[in-house]
Amino acid sequence: MPKDSGIGASSKRREDVRFLSGTGNYTDDINRPGQAYVHFLRSDVAHGRLGAVDTTAAAAMPGVVRIFTGADFEGVGSIPCGWQVTDRFGEPMQEPTHPVLAQGKVRHVGDPIAAVVAETYEQARDAAEAIEVEIEELPAVVDMKAALADGATKVHEDLTSNLCYDWGFIEDNRDSVDAAIKGAAHVTVLDLVNQRMVANPMEPRVAVGDYDRGTGDHTLYTTSQNPHVIRLLMGAFVLGIPEHKLRVVAPDVGGGFGTKIFHYAEEAFCTFAAKAVNRPVKWTSSRSEAFMSDAHGRDHVTRIELALDADNNFVAIRTDTLANMGAYLSTFAPSVPSYLHGTLMAGNYKTPNIYVNVRAVFTNTVPVDAYRGAGRPEATFQLERVIDKAARELGVDPIALRRQNFVTEFPYATPVAVEYDTGDYNATMDKLEQIADLAGFPERRKASEAKGKLRGLGVNCYIEACGLAPSNLAGQLGARAGLYESATVRVNATGGLVVMTGSHSHGQGHETAFPQVVAEMIGIPEDMIEIVHGDTAKVPMGMGTYGSRSLAVGGSAIVRATEKIINKAKKIAAHLLEAAEADIELKEGAFSVAGTDKSVAWGDVTLAAYVPHNYPLDDIEPGLEETAFYDPANFTYPAGAYGCEVEVDPETGKVTIERFSAADDFGNIVNPMIVSGQVHGGIGQGIGQALLEHCVYDEDGQLLSASYMDYAMPRADDVPFYAVDHSCATPCTHNPLGVKGCGEAGAIGSPPAVVNAVIDALQSGGKDVTHIDMPLSPARVWAALNG
Amino acid sequence: MRIELAVNGIECVGDVEGRTLLSGFLRDGLGLTGTHVGCDTSQCGACVVHVDGVAVKSCTMFALEADGCSVETIEGQAAADGTLNAIQQAFQDHHGLQCGFCTPGMVMSAAALLKENPEPTEAEVRAYLEGNLCRCTGYHNIVRAILAASGQDVSAIAAE
Repeated sequence: MPKDSGIGASSKRREDVRFLSGTGNYTDDINRPGQAYVHFLRSDVAHGRLGAVDTTAAAAMPGVVRIFTGADFEGVGSIPCGWQVTDRFGEPMQEPTHPVLAQGKVRHVGDPIAAVVAETYEQARDAAEAIEVEIEELPAVVDMKAALADGATKVHEDLTSNLCYDWGFIEDNRDSVDAAIKGAAHVTVLDLVNQRMVANPMEPRVAVGDYDRGTGDHTLYTTSQNPHVIRLLMGAFVLGIPEHKLRVVAPDVGGGFGTKIFHYAEEAFCTFAAKAVNRPVKWTSSRSEAFMSDAHGRDHVTRIELALDADNNFVAIRTDTLANMGAYLSTFAPSVPSYLHGTLMAGNYKTPNIYVNVRAVFTNTVPVDAYRGAGRPEATFQLERVIDKAARELGVDPIALRRQNFVTEFPYATPVAVEYDTGDYNATMDKLEQIADLAGFPERRKASEAKGKLRGLGVNCYIEACGLAPSNLAGQLGARAGLYESATVRVNATGGLVVMTGSHSHGQGHETAFPQVVAEMIGIPEDMIEIVHGDTAKVPMGMGTYGSRSLAVGGSAIVRATEKIINKAKKIAAHLLEAAEADIELKEGAFSVAGTDKSVAWGDVTLAAYVPHNYPLDDIEPGLEETAFYDPANFTYPAGAYGCEVEVDPETGKVTIERFSAADDFGNIVNPMIVSGQVHGGIGQGIGQALLEHCVYDEDGQLLSASYMDYAMPRADDVPFYAVDHSCATPCTHNPLGVKGCGEAGAIGSPPAVVNAVIDALQSGGKDVTHIDMPLSPARVWAALNG
Repeated sequence: MRIELAVNGIECVGDVEGRTLLSGFLRDGLGLTGTHVGCDTSQCGACVVHVDGVAVKSCTMFALEADGCSVETIEGQAAADGTLNAIQQAFQDHHGLQCGFCTPGMVMSAAALLKENPEPTEAEVRAYLEGNLCRCTGYHNIVRAILAASGQDVSAIAAE
């Protein structure tokens, strides 16, 4: 019987009621008394030297409050980067400054030049059109190889080149990997592109700055996955506001997928301007603005080599990647192609020799940072594609080749510096074979062929590292932040609980799932527990939601705080029951003395804590409120096997996803309904990357895909129903819930399955195509078929 | 310019510029912030409302054009006591939403679909949602929810 509450129950989401009735509270729904509106004048050229910015005519336009330019931000800090990568020669990466408004140069289409604050949004926009800007256009650096060529135009003239870093992982293994490849029986080489993506949460970014002259308090309402991170970065590094005078509120957040992790110039601007004009200042991004100002994702160009011995055992992997940073370093950008990518290059396989080389490059494009999966999709894609190519070259079954090389004993220390605590990759592959009905594929292929279609099957595995991260390890790798999570559990006198968590939902259902954990531990109904998040004035310092960390790290902090509550409550119960504390048991919301029928209810104990008339005041304080900070001992390692079946129309090159199946190991599951939903959404984005989405710049650095007219978002009729299963569970060994994280798996595991399936379909049609770069649009597939 | 219209059955009066979109009037003029704006090219569908019974992207229509019309928004879908209607309830039951931003448009489009086609096929649901983007759900549970709201048995479609 499925449970109807607590851990393991598919509790319906309580937040849905407000979202379904139009009463959610997203940032754009917030309007402050007397607020003004800002519109940013953005560069329409990719690279240029900024001359005079004449705001005279614009300032005289109706409703204009004040116009700001880069000069107003002299002495204000640079938008900071939160991760410093050390290159393979032991030198720190090159790190440019990033002004709030452009100073001296513009470096990408969309770089903000001026900001008009006016009574209405329309007036701000009208006035922005009257600003006259002199720009001396410079050659744009768009292609990464060209950016690294001798004599290339520099994006930042104060840096030595456009190279941010040249990173080797692990550098000491470079020569031994070269030797292993040289001595191998077979080497498969694959060149591929992991194309630039735009995260596109459906809610565009919004910021509302507010300032109280009477108290000197600043408030920023913003669309953020991690309000404390914004408070720290913006307060300490940009605007010089101490944390106790700065409140950051992220209310309901309409999706993020990584792009709402980062601290953006618009947030700093609204906070700064609210004080300068002494009025609240609001900015609402249009979708077109979002395309040219939200950090983008992926954008890697890679060569991967997989070496095998005569028995088809993997002996070495070597990769060489160019990773686009864009024009500035976004908050966590340097970590994505390095530590979030290189550490996963072992995948699910026991390859003894691995070396990853990544050169991160500045170009005149929008900054690139974490997008759902962040480095792990890039690692998975190249590895699972090259394995498929190797299987084809060697004439062996791609599933058998994978199984032969699986890691099967845990813990397993990879040659790329991480230790998998647990897993069972054969189990998830077995499960995939079952739920995907792989045995039935030949019949389905015949049926497709009878209709004149090519049918292909693609299978792959993935592993990822979630639950970011042990702070001491992250610090050694260059993180400029800790990666713990916080929770305060406040028990009220009448027994209800408020849980304040540093994690922050942007669609993941924390308000439902976290109470399931606490309800299970205490044995009370879920509706006695309320979650508070997204407000630095209410919640202890927390690091927020990304990297599938909320349950594994944030949930663990909640467990630790709840354990403290239970321990104290047991002391109170022991006093009330006149029994020894060691004999007190908590079950179904009541404390009892072991072996007797004496008990006291949860509510009696909580009341005693706040009305301590009969209370052990000599031993413990009144009240029942505890805080815990949880710093994980290791990453968690979700893993799984994915399968995709496609039909390809040889007349048009159009690919149709016929079946998609996912067998995941997420460890223990708190809410299976929510977990499935996370996998569905990830698969939808992965199919989008594989078939549809592509952020394109022309050679002048003009953004060609700057709206939904040109950027192909997956729609309901682009995808099928998915078969997902997460019954193969090897619980995480080092967090108290045994959970691993499920938010990104779908986006990590699905692109190679789709591409492997299309290549299989084309091969079945007698076409010796070994690779097509994503997105596999009809034009690209047709060209491959007819090339 | 003055407009008069009924919104969720309530007579409203507004003073709007010629360029004010219906979506902007609903949000800023009437404070009905359940109607969301997710793009500027009329493609995401988060702003779908019903105007005189027809599903409309409220960002494609000037507020002036709604003068004299009857407009239904997401705020008017639940019963007066807050009880969700059948489509809203199906979305909750089948986890047809995550961040909730596209949801008002999805619910309003689903209502329009089921009005003209009370028992659609999966393919018909998917085709009808062509103008509604969701980035969270991969559409799986949205399609299930709409099929379930139409009274069809969706238990054979994998839930978990």
